[in-house]
Amino acid sequence: MALKAENIWFRYNRRDPWILENQSITVEKGERLALIAPSGRGKSTLAMILAGYLKPSSGQVLADGRPLPAKGVCPVQMIFQHPEKAVNPRWRLRRVLEESGRADRIIPDLLGIEPAWADRFPGELSGGELQRFCVARALMSGADYLICDEISTMLDVITQARIWEVVLKEADRRNMGVIIITHNRHLALKTADRITEL
Amino acid sequence: MNRLNRRGRTLLLLSAAALTFAGIYALGLLLPEEAAAASYLDAGLPPSFSHPFGTDTLGRDLLARTIKGLSVSITVGIFASLISAVIAVLAGAAAAGSKTADACISWLTDLVMSVPHTILVILISFALGRGMTGLLAGIAATHWCSLARLIRAEVLQLRAQQYISISRKLGKTGGWILIHHLLPHLAPQFFTGLLLLFPHAVLHEASVSFLGFGLPPEQPAIGIILSESMRSLSAGMWWSAVLPGLTLVLVILLTDKLGEQARMLLDPFHAQE
Amino acid sequence: MEQKKEPLLEIRDLSVSFRMYSRGLKQTDLRVISDLDFTARSGEITAIAGASGSGKSLLSSAVLGILPDNASVCGRIYYKGRELTPDLQKKLRGTEIALVPQSVAYLDPLMKTGEQADGHRKPRPTEKREKLFRRLGLPEQTEYLYPFQLSGGMARRILVSSALLTDAQLIIADEPTPGMSLEQALEALKLFREMADSGSAVVLITHDIDLAFEFADRISVFYAGTTVETAPASDFRKGPDALRHPYSRALWRALPQNGFQPLDGFQPYAGALPEGCLFAPRCPHRTEKCTVQVPPSREVRGGEVRCYYGA
Repeated sequence: MALKAENIWFRYNRRDPWILENQSITVEKGERLALIAPSGRGKSTLAMILAGYLKPSSGQVLADGRPLPAKGVCPVQMIFQHPEKAVNPRWRLRRVLEESGRADRIIPDLLGIEPAWADRFPGELSGGELQRFCVARALMSGADYLICDEISTMLDVITQARIWEVVLKEADRRNMGVIIITHNRHLALKTADRITEL
Repeated sequence: MNRLNRRGRTLLLLSAAALTFAGIYALGLLLPEEAAAASYLDAGLPPSFSHPFGTDTLGRDLLARTIKGLSVSITVGIFASLISAVIAVLAGAAAAGSKTADACISWLTDLVMSVPHTILVILISFALGRGMTGLLAGIAATHWCSLARLIRAEVLQLRAQQYISISRKLGKTGGWILIHHLLPHLAPQFFTGLLLLFPHAVLHEASVSFLGFGLPPEQPAIGIILSESMRSLSAGMWWSAVLPGLTLVLVILLTDKLGEQARMLLDPFHAQE
Repeated sequence: MEQKKEPLLEIRDLSVSFRMYSRGLKQTDLRVISDLDFTARSGEITAIAGASGSGKSLLSSAVLGILPDNASVCGRIYYKGRELTPDLQKKLRGTEIALVPQSVAYLDPLMKTGEQADGHRKPRPTEKREKLFRRLGLPEQTEYLYPFQLSGGMARRILVSSALLTDAQLIIADEPTPGMSLEQALEALKLFREMADSGSAVVLITHDIDLAFEFADRISVFYAGTTVETAPASDFRKGPDALRHPYSRALWRALPQNGFQPLDGFQPYAGALPEGCLFAPRCPHRTEKCTVQVPPSREVRGGEVRCYYGA
């Protein structure tokens, strides 16, 4: 049981240079893998391919041996760097939680989401508070694999510590595979069991 | 709080405009036919207490005719801009949906926009036998283009948003995303577009009727009043054109101002004023 | 002990509020910065650290006089001992005071980056600019590119070089490094260091406190729109025992390399600020006194702290 990307090649256009050349990566269920690389090496592109947001030019992504579904809830969920882009600015945050398909309070409570925040609009919350909603949404969708692309880069260190505490605990409890993309080596050492460089 | 803030002003303007329009519309319906009946004894009277707008060459009271005319204009304006705005949203959304639709609709938009509005309105109105239906069709068919382009750009921009792709990965269908993510974003554009289309529609109605290709001459429309006044202007009857014309301008300015305020409120840079 | 340098920029009791619509037609004043004290000295890099929403970026807008129209400011800002009036701000910004803005959208999309970095100076500082571009690792032809052809990290390096090309005495850099590689970020900070060494005052606004620890002379910690502690950066390198405010200590302990310890609660909102000390609701050491009155700023061991118990 693993999330596997096999021989991934990627470029946006036939005339563009390759962004990814023959990349392969595997994360087992229950494993936490950190990806470290300088910017411009296609970390985010690889993440988008693993989560099904982009189609590779060649190669394949398999979750537990099957290709990612085109419809329905994807077993691989991704959390992005900028939470303010990942929520609809006209929605109250209650709907962001509901979008995950489940609306229990357990995960939001663990993340320190105040019940009153659910009635606010994204513009009224700070980045750290919004990111908690995005993390809650991804965890509540019931994903088997989680891809975290610099999810705490824009946050203050206290919120960063809180979010990772919850993500890692929840991932362990549900035996999820987690890919942690970061430029911060200290963070990688603290969160991952295995570190690869791209 | 002495000065009204922008939301207050918009609300005030909105109620003033709504009241004015409703008043004109109701008056136009309620005024008996006799109020604007011909009376050769009163022909060509200048503005006075009993005829504030004066009378025309047939002795009809111009105030009553203007109000009846405006009420027709407002009806045409509302329906034409509403139909136009709906066409614009459908066309814009469809164009953003698929490449083929985009090519067809862009071609059509360019075509419509490349012909002067008035000529196209006249052609369509004439082909459909003039009258209210022809005019409505003509105006509605020519005024959707710029709003459609705006909506198309907006939908394209929205579809590239991260939260829309996330929604898809959370298992939401295209229809669900359209209803919950896209349409609420378009609603403000739709209403502002509607407000800003209204004066255009009214003016085109007036000008096409003025030229004799729109509403029939027996209908008391502003365009008709103005075109009739052409013959009496040289006889020194200035009031027959100036006063109905001014009321038309006032109605136009009122809606335009309203549209402008609404646009500013939706623009985040001015929104908190 | 080194003698204290004259402050170039001094801010005392600054408050900034915004008029916002609360519901329907009602507008209320939201206070986003309250009782803020801040000092920048020539020859020093002063870092401002704190969570997003703590008022870091607003401070720079207030100093430059570029707050939006619905903002109102009270308190005093002195520049070289003179009160910084709107007229003076207008005269100084771009010449004596330079900003490295947070958003790369500040670049003029219709102007080539080289011209943009040169600004209005005559003669154009071409040679100096080329040297800066090289040091920041910008490729040879970058000066002929338009902003849309740049990556985020490149755009940020252009912003940094435009500020460095001015002979500004006060440089305010608002999050200058995201998107840059570690080497580029270090080089940018080295350039700021050189500016400081040549006599300018540099204010470095950042949430990356690792970087602030490393490069700044002094660090001001912001919380909910106020300064809770200002201390020499060396104290932050030493660890929590050298720090004066419980929030600074919590920041230190939350770093991945120092324990990765979160703290319950959240930064209060403008409009729902608690009475008394703004940190009191999350503070492990709070007493009754803290929830009644805002603690005044005190000097403790060569730093300033807004806490009754900071020692």
